[in-house]
Parts: sequence; C-alpha cells; structure tokens
Amino acid sequence: MTELETIARWVAQGARVLDLGCGDGRLLRRLWQTKQALGYGVEIADAHVLGCIRNDVNVLQMDLEDGLAAFADKSFDVVILSETLQAIHRQEYLLREMLRVGREAIVSFPNFGYWRARIQIAIAGHMPVSKELPYQWYDTPNVHHCTLVDFEALCGKLGFSILERVVLTEGATVSTLPNLLGALALYRVTSPASTNPLTVPPQAPHQHRQQDQRRQPQG
Amino acid sequence: MIVTAHTARFTEPLRLSSGAVLPEFEIAYETYGELNAARSNAVLVCHALNASHHVAGTYAGDPDNVGWWDNMVGPGKPLDTERFFVIGSNYIGSCFGSTGPASTNPATGRPWGADFPVVTVEDWVAAQARLAERLGIERFAAVMGGSLGAMQALQWALSYPERVRNSIVIAATPRLSAQNIAFNEVARQAIMTDPDFHGGHYYDRGVVPVRGLRIARMIGHITYLSDDAMMEKFGRQLRRSERGFDFGVDFEIESYLRYQGDKFSTYFDANTYLRITKALDYYDPAADFGGDLSKAFARARADFLVVSFTSDWRFSSARSREIVRALLDNRRVVSYLEIDAPQGHDAFLLEDPRYHDALRAYFGNIAL
Repeated sequence: MTELETIARWVAQGARVLDLGCGDGRLLRRLWQTKQALGYGVEIADAHVLGCIRNDVNVLQMDLEDGLAAFADKSFDVVILSETLQAIHRQEYLLREMLRVGREAIVSFPNFGYWRARIQIAIAGHMPVSKELPYQWYDTPNVHHCTLVDFEALCGKLGFSILERVVLTEGATVSTLPNLLGALALYRVTSPASTNPLTVPPQAPHQHRQQDQRRQPQG
Repeated sequence: MIVTAHTARFTEPLRLSSGAVLPEFEIAYETYGELNAARSNAVLVCHALNASHHVAGTYAGDPDNVGWWDNMVGPGKPLDTERFFVIGSNYIGSCFGSTGPASTNPATGRPWGADFPVVTVEDWVAAQARLAERLGIERFAAVMGGSLGAMQALQWALSYPERVRNSIVIAATPRLSAQNIAFNEVARQAIMTDPDFHGGHYYDRGVVPVRGLRIARMIGHITYLSDDAMMEKFGRQLRRSERGFDFGVDFEIESYLRYQGDKFSTYFDANTYLRITKALDYYDPAADFGGDLSKAFARARADFLVVSFTSDWRFSSARSREIVRALLDNRRVVSYLEIDAPQGHDAFLLEDPRYHDALRAYFGNIAL
C-alpha cells in the first residue's frame, strides 16, 4: 500500500478536502477522480502552483506558516498534511488550525525513529539521508523531525484523538515495532471539538455534475 | 495581428444605477479569433482606468498603436485567439469610442459634458451584456480583467451568474479602501479646480483642463508603481548635472511624472476621469449584504481564478484574499495566485512567466 492509497482510503466519497503543501496537486486529482472529493490545495512554491493549475486542481498560493486564516471553522471534512509537518516551524499552531477548519486531519511524516535513521546517527555518526529524507543537514527544508512516539505525545498534549495509524516501509504496512521499522507514518486524527457538522450545506448535485465535466483530464 | 475597431449602437434605453437613463448608447469593441459553432469559446476582456477596447494587435497602417494587453492576448499567447473568440469592450462613459461625456446628448444636440450621468461598474456590465447579446453569446467561457477590469469580471459573475463559466480576477479589490478613495478625490479636485474645467462644460469653450488632468495622472501613476520599483527605475538620479535650487525638474522621477501627465492630458477626457474614479469609489458588491462579501458571492456560479501581486499596494494581496475567502465560504471552485513580483499594481500588465504560464494553463483547461 502506498501513502496515496492510504490517504484515499481515509477520505469519504464526496468529501471536502484541504491539502496543505499539496505539491503539484496529484493527491487532490486522485481524490477527485476516485472519490469525487472537492478539494483545495495550499502551496507556496510557484512551480507547484503551476503544476496544480495544469492538473486542473484548485490551488491557493499561501504560506502555511501564516496559519489557515483564509478558511472558516469546520469548513472541510478532512485537512491533509502530507510529508510537510517536518518542514513547518510552528507545528502546534498549524495542527490546531487544521482541526479548527477540518473535522479530521490526516498527517504523514518520515519517521525519524526508523532504524536506518537511527543507525546513521548512532553508528555512522551523521544525520540520516534516505529516500524519505533525501537532504543533507545543511540544505534541508526540514526543521522539526519527529518519531511516532513524539507525534503521539504531541497529539496527547493538544487533546487530539488518534482514529487510525498506518506505518509504511517501502510500500508495505508495518505492524511490528513500528517506531523502529516504519519509514513513513500516517495518522488520522480528530479533536473532541471537531465533531460539529459542516456549517454550509453541500452544493446541489447538478453543480457537481457541471464540475465533473469541467474537471475531465485533458488527455 | 491586424485588428479593426467596431461600434455597436443600442437604441433601447439603459437605466443606470443612479436612476438616470441613457436613451441610447454606443459601445466600441474589437474581436480577435473566431466564435466557434457552439458559441462556447467567447472571452470578454474588461479594461482598466485609462485603457480601451484596443486589447491586442495593431490597426492597419498604424503599427505603433499596439493593444494594451498584447502580451496576454493573441495567437499563441496565454489567452490564445487561435482557440478563443476574444472581445475587448470599451465601457460607457469612456472617451475612446463608447458613448461618453464628449458624445452628443440627443436631447440638446450638444456634448453631454457635465450632464453625462455618473455610471457604475454594474452599469458597465449591463451595457456589455447587451453587446454580448448582439454578438450572439449566451455564455462566456471567461470574463477577465485587471484592476478596474477585474471589478467588471467579478460583477459579471454576480449580475449574470449563468452567463459566465470562469471569472478571472487580476490585481483586484472587492471595494476601495478609504486611502484608495482619497487618492481618487485628490485627482478629481485637481481636475475640478482647473480654471479650464468650467464645471465640466469645457468642450463648447474649446479648452481642456490640462493642468488638472496632468496632476490627476501623476497621482495615479504613483499608486501604480511600488516604492521599490520606483527607486529601482529612477532612484534619486538628477536630470541635470547638479541641483538647480529652483523648481524646475531636478529628479528623474519628476521628469517621468511630468511626461506621463503631459501625455495623458493630450488624449484623455477630464469628465471621463471623474466618472471612472467615481465608479471605482462606489463599487462594493457587499454593500447590499451588510458588508458581508460572502453573502454577496452566494449567487455566483462561475469558477474563479484570482491573481494578485505581492508588491501591489494600491490593491494589495490581502484584498484579493478577501475575495478568495468569500468564494471559499460559498464553495466555489477557485484558485489563487500570489505572484511575488516587484513592480506594484502595474505588474498585471507585464510579462512574468509565472503569471503568464498559469493563465495559459488555466485557459488550456477550459473545455470548449
């Protein structure tokens, strides 16, 4: 199972999705195609924003570090932060914001407790460099690494409930010693205050059909 | 691309927001490309303060008069006229061909002058809708504009929700700030206090309030450029070898503003300038909804592309984000680009690959 497949499985049919740090929008495109999920991506990099437009995905060029002021409370079913958590400066703030604007959040990140990372530090004595963490320490955009244990502790502190967790290594699900054997962690979380219904009713079905036509792949 | 300007005449009266009625009117327009059989590829381009329906291309025998958005519109350009049928339309009240203050008032047989009514963005859009009907366009693939043109693109989506598939809103604001209005008022005062203004009836007297127009344009120009762009372009560079200790032109920026003012005063009409700035001041789609822009956009049905430029202090990115927020509140399909460009408000007229590539991609995804 891939990260994309895991996330797609967690997103309900027709859900309203916000993808933070959405890259070129491939996840949102897939969620549109497979789940008819109306999504918006947030991205700061010009090249990614252009990629989203080319992929016919809604994209909003904004800086996540400024929070999610553009979005109303509980205006999304799911807010996704895919492999971006480690590059954020104000993680607590952003995680709180995610569950302010969304009923659920999906967070994935490279596990710094993965045994290969541990060995590189403990035996080889250098900062981990891997497929999941391809950067040298001096050119990495990543500023806040964590392990499964760390993230779950932060969830506890923020009062978030973990609904599901999937740990992956090279496309395979890890169930034994996940904090040691897992390269990538995915969490589906909520907070007790996040269970309110959406404030705005969904669009009429005929408008969705219009969007269907509009969002066809262009070949 | 060689283009031709056209005029469409409308004899059915147009009731304006002010309550005044234009008994008849003309709209100057140009078209580029071909309307397809399904009539699904029409794009309306709305112009800003001092531009016209001459959006792209050149006129036969006049190669220097290039359309104001020629880098955006044309064959192979981001808005590709090989694929789209593009219409540039001059708003009413203008001095470039559509009925305006210098036109003949049918009631008197003399120029309207000060008697030409104050028109609004809503009025412009209503007049453009007549032009669309005349051209056989029931639904635009897109309505697009920058600055004041962007207000028209927004208003199209509000006045005629079913007739706009995409609204492309560039360097926009949903309503002017007090500061924006203040700049406009200074420009108007410059015109109205010019001794040659004669309360707006200067056509008969064979004079033009040149001094007022010059100052109005100079003020406008300051707001179109960012501080950095102005510093980069002109700095504190002197025009002459040393300071003159008089009030001639010392600095390059003074020379530039005077040049722009002089040029403007030879082709622009003072009565038009007063009315356009008033239309800008009045525009506020949220006014009827207790100031709530989200409620104002509830009737919009279009998909939106909103573009702002980070150095634009006239209509800052924060103002565009207000529009985006209102659209998100209504679950509209919307993308928002915030281009980190240094030039200020005028960036929307300039060629920036990030901006143009995005527009090209967006238009490429509009199914015809």
